[in-house]
Amino acid sequence: MPEPTHGPEPLLHASALSKTFPGTRALERVDFSLRRGEVHALLGENGAGKSTLIKCLTGAYLRDGGDVRLEGRSIHPRNTLDAQRLGIGTVYQEVNLLANLSVAENLFLGHEPRRFGFVQSARRNRQAQELLAEYDLHIDVTRVLAGYSVAIQQIVAIARAVDLSGKVLILDEPTASLDQHEVDVLFATIRRLKERGLGIVFISHFLDQVFRISDRLTVLRNGRLIGCRDTASVDRVELVNMMLGRDLSEETRKTGKPPVATSDRPRIAFSHFGRRGQIEPFDLSLHRGEVIGMAGLLGSGRTETAEVIFGAKPADTGEAFKDGKPIRITSTRAAIAASFGFLPEDRKSDGIIGELSVRENITLALQARLGWSRPIPSQRQKAMADDFIRRLDIRTSDAEKPVGQLSGGNQQKVLLARWLATNPDFLILDEPTRGIDVGAHAEIIRLIEELCEAGMSLLVISSELEELVIYSHRVIVVRDRAHVAELIGDEITAERIVEAIAGDQPDHGKDETT
Amino acid sequence: MNERLLPLLATIAIFIAAYAVCYWQYPMILSTRVIGNLLTDNAFIGIAAVGMTFVILSGGIDLSVGSVIAFSGVFIAVLLRDTGMPVFAVFAMLLAITTLFGAAMGATVHYLEMPPFIVTLAGMFLARGMAYVLSIDSVPIDNEVMSSLQRLRWVVPGGGRLTFIGILMLVVFVAGMVIAHRTRFGLNVYALGGGTHTARLMGVPVARTTIAVYALSGFLAGLSGIVFAIYTSAGYSLATVGVELDAIAAVVIGGTLLSGGSGFVGGTLVGILIMGLIQTYIVFDGTLSSWWTKIAIGVLLLVFIALQRALVWLGDRRRGAGHASG
Repeated sequence: MPEPTHGPEPLLHASALSKTFPGTRALERVDFSLRRGEVHALLGENGAGKSTLIKCLTGAYLRDGGDVRLEGRSIHPRNTLDAQRLGIGTVYQEVNLLANLSVAENLFLGHEPRRFGFVQSARRNRQAQELLAEYDLHIDVTRVLAGYSVAIQQIVAIARAVDLSGKVLILDEPTASLDQHEVDVLFATIRRLKERGLGIVFISHFLDQVFRISDRLTVLRNGRLIGCRDTASVDRVELVNMMLGRDLSEETRKTGKPPVATSDRPRIAFSHFGRRGQIEPFDLSLHRGEVIGMAGLLGSGRTETAEVIFGAKPADTGEAFKDGKPIRITSTRAAIAASFGFLPEDRKSDGIIGELSVRENITLALQARLGWSRPIPSQRQKAMADDFIRRLDIRTSDAEKPVGQLSGGNQQKVLLARWLATNPDFLILDEPTRGIDVGAHAEIIRLIEELCEAGMSLLVISSELEELVIYSHRVIVVRDRAHVAELIGDEITAERIVEAIAGDQPDHGKDETT
Repeated sequence: MNERLLPLLATIAIFIAAYAVCYWQYPMILSTRVIGNLLTDNAFIGIAAVGMTFVILSGGIDLSVGSVIAFSGVFIAVLLRDTGMPVFAVFAMLLAITTLFGAAMGATVHYLEMPPFIVTLAGMFLARGMAYVLSIDSVPIDNEVMSSLQRLRWVVPGGGRLTFIGILMLVVFVAGMVIAHRTRFGLNVYALGGGTHTARLMGVPVARTTIAVYALSGFLAGLSGIVFAIYTSAGYSLATVGVELDAIAAVVIGGTLLSGGSGFVGGTLVGILIMGLIQTYIVFDGTLSSWWTKIAIGVLLLVFIALQRALVWLGDRRRGAGHASG
């Protein structure tokens, strides 16, 4: 495929890149180009295709269509090692290096200096010292990597990747586990490498960092290219709109529901509830029949809030109340006992048990609450399963079919049925409509409204802003691991949510460490 | 202070302390005579423990060692009794068999993605079974070369006898140290122990290294079998039951992490000497049952596992604290 000839030849150029997995088009004719000496941010929500794009570039996946050119030459890396030899190095958030080996051993594993077949460790250690000095890192390279902070490990990983590849460096969420100071150190390293002429791909969901470090940015959504811009020419609201998929020209007049009458005591209340490293302490109360929507970008603290509330990662500060009485949520068991339900985002790994039947999956949570000494009679299980299959319109030939054989939307409904069977007072739904087809999508929304009319309190996390607007009485906006805004009634519009997610201060630092 | 050395230093400290206690009660224990016997008596288990160290460093385990040693003894005894093959040809044949046997287990572990525990457990039954097939009875070895190898020794000042097999064990240990710390293969073994997935991402030839590790363990188990045959002048299919567990104990007491990736071949030698010393002390005492050896080893093992846990825990905590304050 011919390239546009204007401008300098890009270092790395992918054109019309496509990748299909069974059931999903992970990448659809995506173009991406990287210049020498630039930091190019790659942005998108979960399932946008960021990681698929990276994996196609680094040979972890073989592309189905399109072309990748490095310095003008078409390349076909078969695996990450192959890509490394070609000049494309990758540093992931985790599992880059071996914590049990020394820093020097990690840097030179596989290409140690040798004489007569024996590794010259003294020479290797000296070379390692020199290599790290280029990064202003003066540490004892003979000590094991595990003894150093994540930031230092990250720089050692970068040093190894650059040493082995030297043309393109891909950083996948490199700052996710770093604190502010460590991020500064990492950014200094990135700038230095940029000056050396490397092309750097920077993936992060921290928008502040993207604005600080990147020259250009590319946004993907649902496997498609949304746009590639100069970072300086984009503002935060525009960027969030690109990521969440709203067209600025499209005026949405719709607003949320009027707030529920708050004269009575809230059914569930959390005061100064939080967990260090997960989510800043927050206050939250839910009334009978109220739906609270939760919006925010990936990694902003939405799921973390849900996990803290449900006791999956128990809170280390604050109190919880139910009907005015204090309750202790120290585990998911305690949460279930308090009549909470939680439908997690990743149903494959956190929820559905594919080998068990529809009936067994539905009765699981109720049985867990009753305790194993009081088994539910099989007649009742059967009746319950059939009832939910009918009520939620679960498309399955019968209740004994393994859930793994159902479609995504139907699996989601089975999970929902599992919690509904326990008749919870409070149900948390994390991205209940992700990855399911349009028809099932509408049904889930209808169900949320039904449940709320029946008096259940719901907390719904979603990236689909239009959807939040439809069913929420209130919307909480989460940013940088803290609850930053609450919108009520008329205030709930997609525009207002986007503004709150983007944040008003242009240079909002990560000041959540208190 | 390099934290990697801590378990090794702990082992050495325990060895010196134990020796001091023994010396205080029985000064004779420091004589070259006792030390020479310590090496000779533990030669076969020491050689097997070197192989075990590599396997454990790679994150695996080899339960077949004791059976392979017994098989080797019977194989040598039967072949020398029934054929006119020269001794060294028998040795070469045996080592080829046990190395291939180990390699086959390694290949099974890698390609069938089976847990090493199960694969080598099967290997353990297989090797023991093969020994029974060759002979059920104890087969005496009546061979000139074998007995001269047994008699081969150097008398050192103080009347101590350094036997051929004792020296062979020391040579194997030195070779093991060089391989572990001075070759790419050795570093790859440590890398595997740190995490197969990451090691593969970093370019470690996982298949080749896994197979080579078990092949090396098989080779050394065969060599250990030769030494055991020289030492006992017999081959018996019921011999050396549970020696693999003694070898594992020596490796762990020697400061190697049972989960792999951290430890020293030299530490295993100290582990072997500690276990030998306990046995010697009990012999010197004369009134204690020899089962006290097992009890002492059990206690030591527990101490070392606790120590390793504590070190890991301390490391985590220090890193956690460093991270929070950074």
